[in-house]
Amino acid sequence: MTAARITPELVATHQLTPGEYGKIVSLLGREPTLTELGIFSVMWSEHCSYKSSRLHLKKLPTKGARVLQGPGENAGVIDIGEGADGKRYAVAFKIESHNHPSFIEPFQGAATGVGGILRDIFTMGARPIAVMDSLRFGTLDVARNRRIVEGVVSGIAHYGNCFGVPTVGGECVFEGCYNGNPLVNVFALGVFCQDEIFYGKAEGVGNPVIYVGAKTGRDGIHGASMASAEFTEESKQKRPNVQVGDPFLEKLLLEACLEAMKTGAIVGIQDMGAAGLTSSSCEMGSRAGTGVEIDLDRVPQRETGMTAYDMMLSESQERMLLVAEKGREEEVFAVFRKWGLDAVTIGRVTADGKLRVRHHGEVVAEIENHALAGEAPLYDRPHGVAPYREAPMVGPAFASKDLKADLAALLGSPDLCSKRWIWEQYDYSVRTNTVEGPGGDAAVVRIKETGTSVAMALDGNGRYCALSPREGARLIVAECCRNLSVAGAEPVAATNNLNFGNPERPEIMAQLVEAIEGMGEACAYFETPITGGNVSLYNETLGKAIYPSPVIGVVGLMKTGAPPAVHFQNEGRTIVLVGGIGDCDEERFGGTEYAKTVLGTMWGMPPRLDMEYEKRVQRAVREIVGAGLAETAHDLSDGGLAVGLAECSFGERGIGAECAVESGMRAELALFHEGPSRVLVATGEAERVREIAARHGVEAPAIGVTMRGRLRVSDATGVLMDAEISELSQGWHSALERMLDG
Amino acid sequence: MKFGVVVFPGSNCDHDAFYAVTHNLGHQAELIWHDSHKLGDVDCVILPGGFSYGDYLRCGAIAKFSPVMGAVKEFAAAGGLVMGICNGFQILTEAGLLPGALVRNRGLRFVCKTVGIRVETTRSPFTQETRVGDVLRIPVAHGEGCYVAEDAVLDELEREDRVLFRYVDNPNGSERDIAGICNAGRNVMGMMPHPERAADELMGSTDGLAILRSVAHAAAPAAR
Repeated sequence: MTAARITPELVATHQLTPGEYGKIVSLLGREPTLTELGIFSVMWSEHCSYKSSRLHLKKLPTKGARVLQGPGENAGVIDIGEGADGKRYAVAFKIESHNHPSFIEPFQGAATGVGGILRDIFTMGARPIAVMDSLRFGTLDVARNRRIVEGVVSGIAHYGNCFGVPTVGGECVFEGCYNGNPLVNVFALGVFCQDEIFYGKAEGVGNPVIYVGAKTGRDGIHGASMASAEFTEESKQKRPNVQVGDPFLEKLLLEACLEAMKTGAIVGIQDMGAAGLTSSSCEMGSRAGTGVEIDLDRVPQRETGMTAYDMMLSESQERMLLVAEKGREEEVFAVFRKWGLDAVTIGRVTADGKLRVRHHGEVVAEIENHALAGEAPLYDRPHGVAPYREAPMVGPAFASKDLKADLAALLGSPDLCSKRWIWEQYDYSVRTNTVEGPGGDAAVVRIKETGTSVAMALDGNGRYCALSPREGARLIVAECCRNLSVAGAEPVAATNNLNFGNPERPEIMAQLVEAIEGMGEACAYFETPITGGNVSLYNETLGKAIYPSPVIGVVGLMKTGAPPAVHFQNEGRTIVLVGGIGDCDEERFGGTEYAKTVLGTMWGMPPRLDMEYEKRVQRAVREIVGAGLAETAHDLSDGGLAVGLAECSFGERGIGAECAVESGMRAELALFHEGPSRVLVATGEAERVREIAARHGVEAPAIGVTMRGRLRVSDATGVLMDAEISELSQGWHSALERMLDG
Repeated sequence: MKFGVVVFPGSNCDHDAFYAVTHNLGHQAELIWHDSHKLGDVDCVILPGGFSYGDYLRCGAIAKFSPVMGAVKEFAAAGGLVMGICNGFQILTEAGLLPGALVRNRGLRFVCKTVGIRVETTRSPFTQETRVGDVLRIPVAHGEGCYVAEDAVLDELEREDRVLFRYVDNPNGSERDIAGICNAGRNVMGMMPHPERAADELMGSTDGLAILRSVAHAAAPAAR
């Protein structure tokens, strides 16, 4: 082996601690080569090994009647039932972050984030049919943030549109804490037959290991370890660490892989994502309990003079590693040739359980696969302190001067305004499955093969989680499930993206632990097991952490059909608030959009959630929607009742509402509190709606009727606000574009 | 009748077009691979949307050199019906089967939305089942959909009644609001909006079927 001096400094630049280095030496029984050091450093990085979070992720529920594949594979898989052809179908889905690259180079960072998650889906044999994105940016008064927004959105659009997968929804919020650290979380979902599921396993000693797709270059070296460190002034200079994506190549790779899988000659397959050739080879070997031997001289290369270290750590995009049945290589090659792609045998599966890498005839790395994938450090990081928070428990005294003006301000705020500027850049209708696209509570995509539709929603709320990570995490799970219920879908499984600061700080680690536990409690309660996901830590810039920002994506199933409209459709419909007006006190008002936008501050606790009641509300709503009684249905969340009513009034038909709100709360709270477990329903059959609600033990007051052109809300004291819809909608429609123009 | 849907590397509306003409329209269809020199026994060829060859160089600029385009040109010259949708329209202009060009949207961004397009003439196999003035609601999804041509060409298109559709509310800056045109022989058409995405009630509109049905009836009048 080539001699390389492994100095403590070299170990440190690989972001390995002296303790971790000691473990490497003892696992190997000798000093590592430089290539081996690089391999360990990426496999044991936070990004690949989950060394700070693994212990706590075990607390999440992962099993359920429909779960065919839980965490640990490229994506989770759930059963969606039988198709017209008698075969059983499934969907694979997962969410993944590309936060750090998107800050350094927004367009390519976001684009390759989409590329990575799409490969995770089709590497399992599923054809991607939907993408959603959860975006958190810094405030738009900062020019650099505006550029990041433009870059990220066009990067997602570029990759998804060209690849031919619809981007059907998501969320986007703005907060000062994301100034130096935007969050770009991308969710993807694909469909396949259950007898066509492929796994990342290098089975069958003697089988060839085949490299397919793009050539390897020096791009993205150490991307995984970059994603595992805080940002400093220096890391803005890390642009070469960001990969460049080619969605056209990915599209070819998709078609070729799915076609090659049909030959029956493929044994196992995995994409080369973070840590590229290294992670795909050792993880496939580790899962199968085999060894993998590769010869780097055979790897298709884009540049000359690359070292073994470069090639093993390269994160060049659009590459896959597969294991084929010995003797049937030509069947696989023929498919890739047809699609004009490189496919080369670069090694074979061995019996010795080792990853053995040869370069120029020499063995440059020889490590037990299990040591890399299974023996990564596991830390129980200190977290026995209160989660970090800055907000006070008591907020300022406040009284609204003009409730209508407050509503207009909320509707024109970056968080609540129309995100049309973003989603019109995404092709959301390609593949002709999009029943409900962006702008609704949940996205709904039909499955042509089965007569079933898949509904999905993404949600996060950094402010709620900053006030209480545990309660905030429960609330976002509840909201996602409620979003699905509004479409008429039954929530069945979830994926999560945990975006947090530096876990080596106990008060940040405490946020992570509390949020995971809260999410676990809610996912168990709502019967939406987590089938996989992603953890993104070290989201800090210059020592300042983001809000704890867990994001959840929930997938639900429904019979194919049109969900209720988001907007009011006809005059004279009764508006029923299923779940009731809710309750809120001053303390629970401090996390609302009203507190943020109108009062410019944050305090107290997030809204109170009663999971038992929430579940009953969701059941009632599903039954109401399933019975076809809801002409319009919309979940109340950010901005509360007033914003919910306004959003329902912004349809093409110009139908608003006249409502009377009876509650013990003062007007500001009644109109703008964000208590969960509430869904607006407009119906021509109010009695039947109320009957169903009553059967579920759910309050369902009729609060008003729809009317043309105006939104008017009153309470016992008189009219609280009265506005022409156009007064409210103008700001809502144009706010984002105006703010982006600076 | 039978449609042939060409598959270029990077086509991504091929399955959608196939599904619309088979499942929604109830006709036969086959996929035709880009390096095929023959089209087979099809009555109408669809060049679908997508990013053929990655749209490198210019949209449709590489696709025009593919073997199948030789066959498409012969087919068109013999009077065969050819429909270019979105990227297919771009390819037809690059290949010289239709005049003008499609350039970057005036807004400089990709735009996906359902738009209204007004039928300008029924004197074509692609619009014969519609009425002049009908506004069809059909999705667009493109970054380079701005139709441009010299004034003389635009005048000629109008004079010869070859503008099939105009946008009601122009989403991309196309000259004279042009959304779709046909050739002088009236057997080759290109349009940026996607009729195959408006072929199913569940997708929000079935207005695209009027176009596909026109083609079917034109190709096989007996099946009327």
